[in-house]
Amino acid sequence: MLLLILMLSVMELQAVVMAAGGGSRMMDLTYSMPKPLLPVGNKPLIWYPLNLLEKIGFEEVIVITTKEVHKQMNIDTKMKLEMVCIQEDADMGTANALRHIQQKIKTDILVVSCDLITDVALHEVVDLFRAHDATLSMLMSKTHEFTETVPGQKGKKKTGEQRDFVGVDSSGKRLLFMANEADLDEELVIKKSIMRKHPRMHIKTGLVDAHLYCLKKSVVDFLADNKSITSIRGELIPYLVRKQFSASTNSQKTKDDSEKNQKKTDLKTPDIHISSKDEDLLDLAREKSCWNDHRGDMSDAYHGGKLRCYVHIMEDGMCYRVNTLAAYIEANRLAPKVFSEEFPIHPTAEISEQSMVGADSIIGAACHVSEKSSIKRSTIGASSCIKEKVKITNSIIMNGVTIEEGCNIQGSVICNQAVISRGADIKYCLVGSGQCIEAEGSCFTMGPLINCNIPFLLSVAGCPGEAGSYQLHKALEAAVN
Amino acid sequence: MAGTEGITQQELNNSTGETRDETDSRKNDYLQSKVEGKALSKEEKLKLRKEKKQQKKNKKDDKGPAKEEKAKKPVPVMDGQQAQQQRAPPTSPLVTPEAPPTGEKSGKSKVELRADRRARQDVDRTSKQGKKGDRSQLASTAKTKAPPSEPQPVVKRLPEHIQADDPAVLKKVAKKLERQQIPLRSDYGSKVSLFSHLHQYSRKAPLTQQMSIPSTVIHPSIVHLGLQYSQGIIAGSNSRCIALLHAFKQVIRDYATPRNEELSRDLVNKLKPYISFLNQCRPLSASMGNAIKYIKKEISNVSSNIKEEEAKTTLQNCIDKYIEEKIHLAAKAISKSAFEKISDGDVILVYGCSSLVNYILCDAFERGRKFRVIVVDSRPRLEGRETLRRLVKKGLSCTYVLITAVSYMLPEVSKVFLGAHALLANGYVMSRVGASQIALVAKAYNVPVLVCCETYKFCERVQTDSFVSNELDDPDDLIVTRKGKTELQNWQDIPSLRLLNLVYDVTPPDFVDLVITDLGMIPCTSVPVVLRVKNVDQ
Repeated sequence: MLLLILMLSVMELQAVVMAAGGGSRMMDLTYSMPKPLLPVGNKPLIWYPLNLLEKIGFEEVIVITTKEVHKQMNIDTKMKLEMVCIQEDADMGTANALRHIQQKIKTDILVVSCDLITDVALHEVVDLFRAHDATLSMLMSKTHEFTETVPGQKGKKKTGEQRDFVGVDSSGKRLLFMANEADLDEELVIKKSIMRKHPRMHIKTGLVDAHLYCLKKSVVDFLADNKSITSIRGELIPYLVRKQFSASTNSQKTKDDSEKNQKKTDLKTPDIHISSKDEDLLDLAREKSCWNDHRGDMSDAYHGGKLRCYVHIMEDGMCYRVNTLAAYIEANRLAPKVFSEEFPIHPTAEISEQSMVGADSIIGAACHVSEKSSIKRSTIGASSCIKEKVKITNSIIMNGVTIEEGCNIQGSVICNQAVISRGADIKYCLVGSGQCIEAEGSCFTMGPLINCNIPFLLSVAGCPGEAGSYQLHKALEAAVN
Repeated sequence: MAGTEGITQQELNNSTGETRDETDSRKNDYLQSKVEGKALSKEEKLKLRKEKKQQKKNKKDDKGPAKEEKAKKPVPVMDGQQAQQQRAPPTSPLVTPEAPPTGEKSGKSKVELRADRRARQDVDRTSKQGKKGDRSQLASTAKTKAPPSEPQPVVKRLPEHIQADDPAVLKKVAKKLERQQIPLRSDYGSKVSLFSHLHQYSRKAPLTQQMSIPSTVIHPSIVHLGLQYSQGIIAGSNSRCIALLHAFKQVIRDYATPRNEELSRDLVNKLKPYISFLNQCRPLSASMGNAIKYIKKEISNVSSNIKEEEAKTTLQNCIDKYIEEKIHLAAKAISKSAFEKISDGDVILVYGCSSLVNYILCDAFERGRKFRVIVVDSRPRLEGRETLRRLVKKGLSCTYVLITAVSYMLPEVSKVFLGAHALLANGYVMSRVGASQIALVAKAYNVPVLVCCETYKFCERVQTDSFVSNELDDPDDLIVTRKGKTELQNWQDIPSLRLLNLVYDVTPPDFVDLVITDLGMIPCTSVPVVLRVKNVDQ
């Protein structure tokens, strides 16, 4: 039927995937491989957000990434990917990236970060955006403790990881307050205007921001005019949350004034509607409706505010942002359970009968596992070669790795093209890409840093903290040379 | 007898030259029967007329075969009457009776005349049945959908949304929705058996769960609207109608006529899946139904000559005009009439939240009337809180009670103002559940009940009870959580427990004293008159 074939000329949402980030918190992994291409469960990291978008029904996605990623990326997807390449060295903030593609944005956008792995029902986030005519709608999740030991960490470290304070109203949906510990001196300051309108506010700290945002088109236009905002998460979102309660957005009188003062410092309210006459109708409908989002005071629904920010907090389900090594390892453990469709053992992998491959291990394409090897709770990348009598437990082996016979690898991450020679005993280490561990080498609880060849029969003890590892690195180099 | 011979001769003549001499024979007939002394009775006149018609028809049909007959007939026909009588029965085949009953001859004896008449009657009867058969055959071929064999007036089909327990209807609805690419919303929870023919949905399972994001089949503003309906953000008859028209304006604005299609027909077809979608989100209200009818009519009336842009602007202006006339101006007119009914010192009782009643009260207060208001509210919606807030914000002094306290408050009430969701064609008022109770108790206390309703909410439906057609809201709304404890948390596991959350009920016209509309103040029984006048106007 003609009706079915003709698609709507009006799009509701455009998807934008931000894949240009450097992965600055896990440089050990990303110095050789760009973050979007890091393998998680033998799929590149960027596959997960793209899969999420494809499953819901998006057909076109704009991917902002670097040339290097663009060259190496080949994702099997039915969607039409529009790649926008930006300079690697530019270190563009996410908001700058949005400004860069402002011309392509025709309607409201859904911004996703490339390192998000989640199985959330996205309609929850988008429904908040649609039903309340919100300016911003975002996704957050309760933090899950990471259970795996991470190479380079001794015990739990919470330094460097600063808390986010998120304030929501009693329904748990409206976002009232957002601040990062880093931005606050000693006290948490909450404006009286917020308390007057929402006397009951729940402040939560154990939440993970999924970096998934639904933004109105007027916000993108606002960004284009306002060049001082560089990062979405760091600057734009707190700005929007604060602006909900600022005096200029709310009072009808000052709306005209603010439109007159178009100085750069006095920013225009980012809720300029398409056609004012039609908006009147919608306001009239709301006025006549017998619904209110709060009760107890004399104000209308939404307190008459035009700018509204909403958040959907996931209680159960998986939501990880792979931006640290710990998250990467956790994701590798859990993502395949939820996402893999094919067999955990790739059909082209050759596994000899006398080897033991555990049920929760994943073997990539064209792998070769010789006899008497045992692989438990691990991920082996494509084209890797594992010789006899190798014992691999709780590890992540990436592509093209060669592990000679008799090795024992535990809790480690071995990056691309590394070679582990015979008899090596590696525990809780991270072997950089292309590196070679000589025969009979033994590494124990070392930081994420084997970036040089380690000669044989060297037994290296671990040391905590990154500073220490750097010194050790230097020491190793000295020892080798 | 000479007479009989004469008859036979004439018969012969007639049988041979029947087509030519018909009129002669007719004349002879008539004259001779007159001569007989018996004036032709009415029946016989009718019969004669019918025979004439039949013969004229046969003339056209039988010009061919008649000639053959002419050749055949002179031989066998010797005795007139017997031959006649023989001919009479075989004329039962329907379409073309071969020998027209020209057997009635003049100058017969009484017996012969009677026999003639009997024969004529037989022939008439058969020819009548033949004509009936004709007509019915023609009718069945002409009409593609003939009514079932009974000649009674066609039974109106029940709307689908009140046949939720009929699997055939459900299948049909599912097929229709599949064709329109709209997901089917499934029912939730066990229903009270009296209301098992209605749908019951859960707010936690919105329709968008099964649809793709971004929506490609349904226009985004319609999706927004559907969500707002199902979550109750836009509630209330007027509000839903205005929001619907706003969404339609967006649809028309973004519409582009495809090639080889006409705007007047294609746009109406485009709107159909949207309306189904909105119906799945929440059953349409009467006001929305009337607005949709109006829009469809306006779109169909768009002439194909004007350009698309112009047509779209015209349609949008029509929508604006409809809202302006039917809602705004109507509210002003109703407020003006109601103002006369509100006197100083009145105690007015209102129920729930009606945008029109609120408007009336605020307007009367602004114009200087001194009165106070009692707001009656009921669970689970507790809409009275909104009314209370709006009235108090304006400055009216209000009292707030739940519906359980109505009989305690009524002795001090002077008038009751009720809003309406729809006014039915038999004068019944369909309003929020509980309004009929208020009207009943008010009647018991002899307090006048005034219903305020715009004419665009009048609908052709007829209902005398609240069971036949109603809406079931989310049963989980009835569950109350206090201090973290919910007694009814697992109500679905208890097989003998059903939760019922009705939305509407109907008030009989005996309990309503006056209906204030934009056409004036009318009694409840005048609603069909208004409807008829409206239809004539349109």
